[in-house]
Amino acid sequence: MPPALLLARTTLTEARRGGLPWLALGCLALATGLAAFLSQVAVTESRELQAAFAAALLRAGAAFLLAAHIAASLVRESNDKVLELALALPLSRSQYYLGKLAGFGACGACLAAAFCAPLLFWAPPEAVALWGLSLACELLLVGAASLFFAITLAGVLPALAATTGFYLLARSMAGIQLLARGPLAEESIAQSVARGAVDAVALLLPRLDAATRADWLIYGLPAPAEFGTTLGSLILYCTLLAAAGLFDFHRRNL
Amino acid sequence: MNAGERALQAVPGRIWAALLCALALHLGVQTLRPAPAAEAADLPPPPSAQTLRAASLGEPAALARLAMLYLQAFDLGAGNTLPYRQLDYVRLEQWLRAILDTDPRSQYPLFTAARIYAEVDDAAKSRRMLEFVHQAYLKDPNRRWPTLAHATLLARHRLRDMPLARRYAADLQRLTTDPAAPLWATQMEIFILEDMDELEAAKIVLGGLLAAGRISDPQERRFLQERLEALERRLASKP
Repeated sequence: MPPALLLARTTLTEARRGGLPWLALGCLALATGLAAFLSQVAVTESRELQAAFAAALLRAGAAFLLAAHIAASLVRESNDKVLELALALPLSRSQYYLGKLAGFGACGACLAAAFCAPLLFWAPPEAVALWGLSLACELLLVGAASLFFAITLAGVLPALAATTGFYLLARSMAGIQLLARGPLAEESIAQSVARGAVDAVALLLPRLDAATRADWLIYGLPAPAEFGTTLGSLILYCTLLAAAGLFDFHRRNL
Repeated sequence: MNAGERALQAVPGRIWAALLCALALHLGVQTLRPAPAAEAADLPPPPSAQTLRAASLGEPAALARLAMLYLQAFDLGAGNTLPYRQLDYVRLEQWLRAILDTDPRSQYPLFTAARIYAEVDDAAKSRRMLEFVHQAYLKDPNRRWPTLAHATLLARHRLRDMPLARRYAADLQRLTTDPAAPLWATQMEIFILEDMDELEAAKIVLGGLLAAGRISDPQERRFLQERLEALERRLASKP
């Protein structure tokens, strides 16, 4: 087996033997229970409410669990000098980095598959399948971002804070752009500068608001072109993050 | 016991005492606090639809429905129709409009406007809600005709405002082009001109919606069934 794949397998095994499966189960139980409770309070659209709420909660929960797991795992490896030991073996830095990314990507795919299951109660299987595929790609991106920040910042809290900030900003950027261009925004130099700054930040971020949408579960499947573009842009951004991470990793003195 | 842990006896007595005292104090304070109560008058100004969209983190469908549950908490908690009247209907309409703009495909804001907030014994407030439903209908007739059909009945039977009911009915007839819309909906004008009582009309409309399979949600079906029974009781108690 190639060394990178071997590393990916050990990364997956580490996640399976750690607390991640139990935390995922807890997240599933919480989302399903809360959705069931809220549907009892609703006077109409109870099925849609359950699907939308559970999907939104599971999506955010999966991203947070994966980012926290990656940050904790990599910082522990760094503190225990496992990284130095691994690089002393016939394993290049690129193989190590990409092997880790593949392992965390596989963790994300497993989480996405598990988190799709309860949604089958409230949404058609084909919509759930597309939602799950999009979630797997989104988690691959979160994994790439978390790996990048954990290796660059070398601390659990800074890495988790940076990943969370990046993820929230990427998801809310379209809304922030709408706010900046809204009818209440006055025309002034300061406003134009602020709008330009918002547009510049948006240019650097992936459009996570367009991915893994609960709308797909409620109102029907997205157009194939729209879905393809969304997934393609997520994978492209993962490549960018992986390249940036490799660049930083190769420059580091260990 | 885990190998990495010491026995409970290893914890000093003062730590035990501090823990138990703090727990007892917390429970005492929580017990003495009054239960949270819904205050109909305190509906805050709504955020704009753009702010709601930005806050939804790309999940407008989920946030719109959670915002509706938040709005419901200002009235349904009391369990009767009196608090609805105490609500500030100007703000209520702003909230419903912002939520509908956040997720235009949701029927929830229109359903509550027509079936809950418009059914108060206050003609001005009821008119405000019916007008909100009518304006929303004009933007998407083929999705929103069921709520305007109910609003037409309310205008005819509760407000006894025939010109208003005919205006709504005429729009229903003119603008609804959905082939799945039943005949009674697109011929509402004739329907309301007939000398029919409120219960009979409501039964036809609800029966039609159920027969057409448009009400598949169990919560909505239960809610409408309860409303129909309440209407039957109200009309039976009239001399």
